[in-house]
Amino acid sequence: MTQDIYVIIEHLRGQVSDISYIMLAAARELAQSTSGKVVAVLLGYNAKGLAKDFATDQVLYLDHAALADFTSDAYQKVLSDLIGREQPRAALFGNTSIGSDVASVLSMRLGLPLVSSCRNFTKDGKFVSQICGGKIMAEGDLPAPTALITIVPGGYQPDQGRSAESPSITEAGVPALDALRVTLSKYIEPEVADVDISKEPLLIAVGRGIQNKDNIELAEALAQAIGGVVCGSRPVIDQGWLAISRLVGKSGKSVKPRIYFALGISGAPEHVEAITGSDTIIAVNTDPVAPIFNVARYGIEADMFELVEVLTEQVKAAKG
Amino acid sequence: MNATEVTERSFYAKVLEATPSGERLKLCLECGNCSGICPFGYLMAYPPSRMIAMLRADRFDKLLETDTIWMCVSCYACTAVCPSKVPLTFGLMTSIKEELIVAGNVPAELHTALQNSQRYGNPQGESPRKRADWAAGIQPEVKVLGKTKQPVDVLWFVGDYASYHPRVQSATKALAKILNALGVDFGILGPEENSDGDSQRLAGERGLFEMLAEKNGKMFGRYQFGRIITTDPHAYNAIKNEYPRLGISYPVQHYTEFLMERIGQLKPLLKREVKAKVTYHDPCYLGRANEVFDQPRALLEAIPGLELVEMAHHHTNSLCCGGGGGGMWLDGFQWEKAHVRLSEWRVREAMSAGANVLAVACPYETPRFEDAAKTMPGAEQLKVRDIAELLAEAMGV
Amino acid sequence: MNIVVLTKLVPDLVEELAIDASGAALDLAFARWIINEFDDHALEQGILLKERGGGTVIVVAPDLDGADDVLFTAAAKGADRLIKIKGDFIAANNHALARTLTAIIKELQADLVLTGVQAHNDLDGSVGPMLAECLQLPYVGYVSGVSINDGKSAIRKEYPGGLLAEMEVTLPAVLGIQAAEQPPRYVAVSKVRQAMKDFHIEEQDASDLDPGGAPEVGRMFQPEAASHAEMLTGEPAEVAEKLVNLFKELGVL
Repeated sequence: MTQDIYVIIEHLRGQVSDISYIMLAAARELAQSTSGKVVAVLLGYNAKGLAKDFATDQVLYLDHAALADFTSDAYQKVLSDLIGREQPRAALFGNTSIGSDVASVLSMRLGLPLVSSCRNFTKDGKFVSQICGGKIMAEGDLPAPTALITIVPGGYQPDQGRSAESPSITEAGVPALDALRVTLSKYIEPEVADVDISKEPLLIAVGRGIQNKDNIELAEALAQAIGGVVCGSRPVIDQGWLAISRLVGKSGKSVKPRIYFALGISGAPEHVEAITGSDTIIAVNTDPVAPIFNVARYGIEADMFELVEVLTEQVKAAKG
Repeated sequence: MNATEVTERSFYAKVLEATPSGERLKLCLECGNCSGICPFGYLMAYPPSRMIAMLRADRFDKLLETDTIWMCVSCYACTAVCPSKVPLTFGLMTSIKEELIVAGNVPAELHTALQNSQRYGNPQGESPRKRADWAAGIQPEVKVLGKTKQPVDVLWFVGDYASYHPRVQSATKALAKILNALGVDFGILGPEENSDGDSQRLAGERGLFEMLAEKNGKMFGRYQFGRIITTDPHAYNAIKNEYPRLGISYPVQHYTEFLMERIGQLKPLLKREVKAKVTYHDPCYLGRANEVFDQPRALLEAIPGLELVEMAHHHTNSLCCGGGGGGMWLDGFQWEKAHVRLSEWRVREAMSAGANVLAVACPYETPRFEDAAKTMPGAEQLKVRDIAELLAEAMGV
Repeated sequence: MNIVVLTKLVPDLVEELAIDASGAALDLAFARWIINEFDDHALEQGILLKERGGGTVIVVAPDLDGADDVLFTAAAKGADRLIKIKGDFIAANNHALARTLTAIIKELQADLVLTGVQAHNDLDGSVGPMLAECLQLPYVGYVSGVSINDGKSAIRKEYPGGLLAEMEVTLPAVLGIQAAEQPPRYVAVSKVRQAMKDFHIEEQDASDLDPGGAPEVGRMFQPEAASHAEMLTGEPAEVAEKLVNLFKELGVL
């Protein structure tokens, strides 16, 4: 039994995902209250190099051919063996297609308590989870003896989990991995054709206020600078200024980005109903009583054209 | 998914037997008036007269393959113009939509509206508990019958869009103030009110309509009142013409009929001038379907300073706003096929008539016409107002 | 092919949620219960598999207000058997649900168990993977495509950015459905009413609802919601600067 905080690293096709770094940052915060170490747990095949920028006290690397790609069965076996043996104070998993396939199974297999959708930890080591579409927060003491926790983004930034110094890596033993019930056949790349705005975290939305097709370029430039995607309300799509795949609204897609930046959108119910899942809505409109200001978290009463150009430049400068 | 179990024989029999005056289907002259006057007829693979021809030629399977039936907005133009008085709108068109719904062949937007109606009693998916929130702040307070439990003279059936849509709520509040000023003893069902179900019925969901009607009927039965009035021509049509078939029978008036009965009391209260050139849009379900044309106009003419002009299409020939028969919930689908909206045609007519205000009497219309006016060059100055809003303005309430 | 679809009912978010007097749990006295959206997809996937390759679809729901409607609607869509689990499920967590379902699902001898990958009120993991472990079956979640070929299941698993992985899972198995291969179909009210006449809901008793494994909540609260936007003012350059800082705070810069 230790006071250490394990972080189960997620990687796909040679890339460590952002959630892994977010978890490392979260683990650092939690470790302060348990007075334990942060231990990054990396499963893979010839994949030690992936750990080079982990902000962690130690890396446990478990190598096996069957771990070259994620499959639920293999990860469950390896991690139940490791966690059952080492008994850390907590093990953090991503609340993702990888982490969620493992954490719940381990909870039942090892008889360990499980907290899901955890966004952050408090200074005194409590978990804070968000449920019900972000409408409800639940806070509580870290359950004992080993808390299995799935982490959602929002509480920490990936950069907080990155380090310039490469951490020390220890290899750990892997149990037999034969007779696996889940095997990977192949990956299928997404079509490059167009984006699925319902899965995008950062949306720049344009409404009627954009006035004409040429001005869409302004929004595109901002989107490029900040790493977002342009979408629009009904009138913009009707005019043919954006493809129908970019339509946000009752007859288009519902979106749930971290940020919905609405330019020249009035906020008609048919549009608003499709954006209520957004974490933060920021609206720019010349009309001070536009309904969008009743659902936006931040509002700017201004002409979008003046603002967007200046903003794009400042964003580029900030990114360096 | 197909409906091959449905044969021409059983479908034909259904329309003939189950629809009032369905027998008249046999009298179709194939004159084509219906297809000609249908606002979206040019886009349908089988507009009404061709539909009947296909039935007669034993080619019903062809009808079910197409999805252009969803362009029908149940505007009643075809039914009104048919020389053989064939029940086209609620008999033929609605029955085809019913077959498509049973087969599960439903455009996604419509699916959501129907599911919401089932679950929440309104197509918008709003919380039923908030159905009377629009009335907050109005003095004297609007009576919600479930709370006051007192008999009233008038039960005001408010309707879905009048209750929840932010733009339409202004008209609803206006009418509440007018009724208060006239000293009318009225109450609303509030959270106990369900959608009238008429547009859902015309969109092919007969079972859903009956379920909603039964719920409303149960609520009507709980309270005591002399008559029902409504701001919604679709609710008016349902309560007047369809609910009695289900054993739910109450006298019902559109609010314009109700107010005209009291014009002697109302006119002296219309003190302020409303200087505007106003044109009135006859809603399909008030005008063409139920022949209430005069009262709305008389109310407008009673407003000092108001000049009333007619559009090119008026009275029985009025052009639909595009919201009926499921149209409110098929905007994306219909736009993809037509790249034009009926509401835009109507706004253009209003401008041609020289009007600066387009007056309406149906909750579907205000948002539809305002949206159309926003996108049409030259129409930005056109205001859209419910008659109740204009009356309230003239009354200074 | 025995396909079992496990559905959960969750509080409808259309109604405002309230915290109860203890300050540590949801006030569910007036909650409206609806089918978990992902379970609706699981049901659709089950019906699609039956339409393609034959088999029986058995739908299971816990006894909450609205369960009957969920079950009869499933029947109207093509399900064959309807089972309602009797017990006090209002405050039951996923661990309890998984344990109590184990004996019932074992008896059904499922070849495939489909359930939604998650539900919005999950605080102690998801019921699908925990049930899989209790049944000692393999589990894959975030599935958006399923096909069955002699004793094995070929599935499509979703990763971020539109990446998909095709995997093979030995049967019997439990799959956590993210999306069915087509959106859940519409079923006419008249068909549901007919199902109410033609179908019978079997009732089974829940064994003790053992909630062990879930965290203890010290307090529940609602994040602050502004009813009007906080307005950012100033010249464009000033506002732009405020926005850049905001973007940094929100973690996108």
